[in-house]
Amino acid sequence: MNRHTLDVRYQLCPIPVIRTQNMVNKLPAGDIVEVLCTDPGTLHDIPAWCRINGHRLLDSEQGKDEIRIVLEVCRSA
Amino acid sequence: MATQRKAVALISGGLDSMLAARVVQDHGVHVEGINFFTGFCVEGHTHAIRRKDSARPKRNNALWVAEQLGIKLHIVDVIEEYKDVVLNPKHGYGAHINPCLDCKGFMVGKAREWMEQNGFDFIITGEVLGQRPMSQRRDTFPVVARESGANDRLLRPLCARLLSPTLPEREGWVDRARLHDFNGRSRKPQIALARSYGLHDYAQPAGGCCFLTNEQYAVKITDLWKSRGRRDYELDDIMLLKVGRHLRPRPHFKLIVGREEGENKFLEGYKNRYTAFRSTSHTGPLALLDGTADEADLQLSARLVARFGKGKDAASVSVEVTGPGHPPRSLEVRPLGQDEIPSEWYIA
Repeated sequence: MNRHTLDVRYQLCPIPVIRTQNMVNKLPAGDIVEVLCTDPGTLHDIPAWCRINGHRLLDSEQGKDEIRIVLEVCRSA
Repeated sequence: MATQRKAVALISGGLDSMLAARVVQDHGVHVEGINFFTGFCVEGHTHAIRRKDSARPKRNNALWVAEQLGIKLHIVDVIEEYKDVVLNPKHGYGAHINPCLDCKGFMVGKAREWMEQNGFDFIITGEVLGQRPMSQRRDTFPVVARESGANDRLLRPLCARLLSPTLPEREGWVDRARLHDFNGRSRKPQIALARSYGLHDYAQPAGGCCFLTNEQYAVKITDLWKSRGRRDYELDDIMLLKVGRHLRPRPHFKLIVGREEGENKFLEGYKNRYTAFRSTSHTGPLALLDGTADEADLQLSARLVARFGKGKDAASVSVEVTGPGHPPRSLEVRPLGQDEIPSEWYIA
């Protein structure tokens, strides 16, 4: 299991989602991706993208200036 | 057991594409969504930058639709390829710089490529005959089908009964009798169909879902091309056109001035790539300078930026100027008076 960080601060939706999707699509199940964002919409969209595509949201938190979302890559059998 | 057919649905996030996908799901077809990001898309997030739009849902409508339908959604970045559609539309523009017919052909063509690569059988769009003056007409529907290469694998479930039967209908993958005959600009049939599916919450974007149909946006992008002497753009250019006041005090530069904290925060992300101005003595906006500027231009810009801050009536305002390739410096300036800002400086 590897941990990856994706910095999409100052990017507007849907770019954070697209970049998360493109990174996750290349990773094996079990890898962890931490996404750093500033667009408040990512708090809704990245979890929604995870639900639609079967990945597991581990954490999401909104700090003063930045949002951090952590997900685990899952692959259906 | 019969093979389950698979369709890829163009999902914009609006009601029509949502309904089109839903109708085909009812036929037992496996549906997945595809959404193309051109850079010109109007999204909840674009509005969410500004506090005045804070009541709007901060969501990507295409993702939201996919979740409501229980389908996967593939979001595809087509920014680079889409430039040719915007800059060289074979079929010309609509009222502004909207190349709607070329755009539809391009997107259906990209969906066809995806369909072929992923072993899907046909493509669904939410088009309705007569709904759009450029791309959704009886004479332009075949153009889209032909130029995209989708041909009769392109199904328009909301108006299919008004058109010649497509491959999915002829092969019985869907039942033509259970497709629809919506026609024209009225939204009533779509709203009634949505209600029949129990769908009550859906995006109804005022003014369309693409900035290229927006008059002010068209003026700003035209100004950009004129000032640079060439018709071209990068993603940063078109994103910045969505934000702030745009003023061009001189032909060789313009200023993008944040109108509120949300926009200032967005502009922060570009601060290291542009000459940036912000008052340090009074509360005020962040502004970026796009173009080239000499010392007199910097002074003028600082005075202009000071005008939009709380120090607009002060005798002197301190403005910090930062930018790539030079250390931060502070300018002490007298803010421009309202009568010193000609209306022609405002772009759109």
